[in-house]
Amino acid sequence: MEAIKFSYNVPGDDFTRAGDASTDLKSKLKKMGVTGAPLRNISISLYEGEINLAIHAGGGEITALVYPDKVELYLDDNGPGIADISLALQEGYSSATEEIRSLGFGAGMGLPNMKKYADEFYIESEVGKGTHIKMVVNL
Amino acid sequence: MKIKDIIELLNATNLTPDLDCEKELHSACGSDMMSDVLAYVKDQAVLLTGLNNPQVIRTADMMDMLCVVYVRGKKPDALSLKLAVEKDICVLSTDKPLFTCCGILYDNGLRGA
Ligand SMILES: Nc1ncnc2c1ncn2[C@@H]1O[C@H](COP(=O)(O)OP(=O)(O)OP(=O)(O)O)[C@@H](O)[C@H]1O
Ligand SMILES: [Mg+2]
Repeated sequence: MEAIKFSYNVPGDDFTRAGDASTDLKSKLKKMGVTGAPLRNISISLYEGEINLAIHAGGGEITALVYPDKVELYLDDNGPGIADISLALQEGYSSATEEIRSLGFGAGMGLPNMKKYADEFYIESEVGKGTHIKMVVNL
Repeated sequence: MKIKDIIELLNATNLTPDLDCEKELHSACGSDMMSDVLAYVKDQAVLLTGLNNPQVIRTADMMDMLCVVYVRGKKPDALSLKLAVEKDICVLSTDKPLFTCCGILYDNGLRGA
């Protein structure tokens, strides 16, 4: 089955624009008839990932593949990578600075949240190379 | 409770007068940490916050919230307000602090998660 594809670039230097992609995908999915829990699960997990690209990775790329029965979300960056993935996945772990906290983020809840709201969650990361995340939400 | 009741109870200014304030609301949450809102909130219709950046409105949109109340006299920037109107999210501003706002709304029947 052919998927409908949406691609977004997330800037690393303009925090006010972080969330543009998630907002846009949400309204597109709504128009395609996606509603309820799946729509919210996609929205929250993608938004958390998008914020992470903006604040931790210096920006990155988002790709969404929409199938009749599921949505696949890919978050790819060439940022600093994550040295200890199991630590980063723990609730409350954050390397965020005071400045990021003053913007309302940095509680260490993003990755755990993505794992919780997505039906499938995969993460690969290499220090100095970047981070790649795939999430699947069933419709 | 309706959005127009919140305006009255908090002595708030309605910054989106063209949007519908007859919508019924049952629950609310108050936080300056959008991380926490995204992690713990379920089906809340109102977000009370002292944080002012576009992520407040985006967070409310992702959570399908209907109304954002800026407390302690905070007012949203132009981009936030534009986003809110696009997403049909009512925006209010009050001089009262967060704790007081939550207390008044709780007293009048709004609940947390
Ligand atoms: N794309 C990424 N590139 C590099 N490091 C990352 C990336 N995503 C997450 N991290 C690291 O993992 C940690 C945990 O991420 P998580 O999203 O759970 O929390 P946070 O972003 O710090 O806070 P919150 O999401 O609650 O606002 C981050 O603090 C950061 O150190
Ligand atoms: Mg995060």
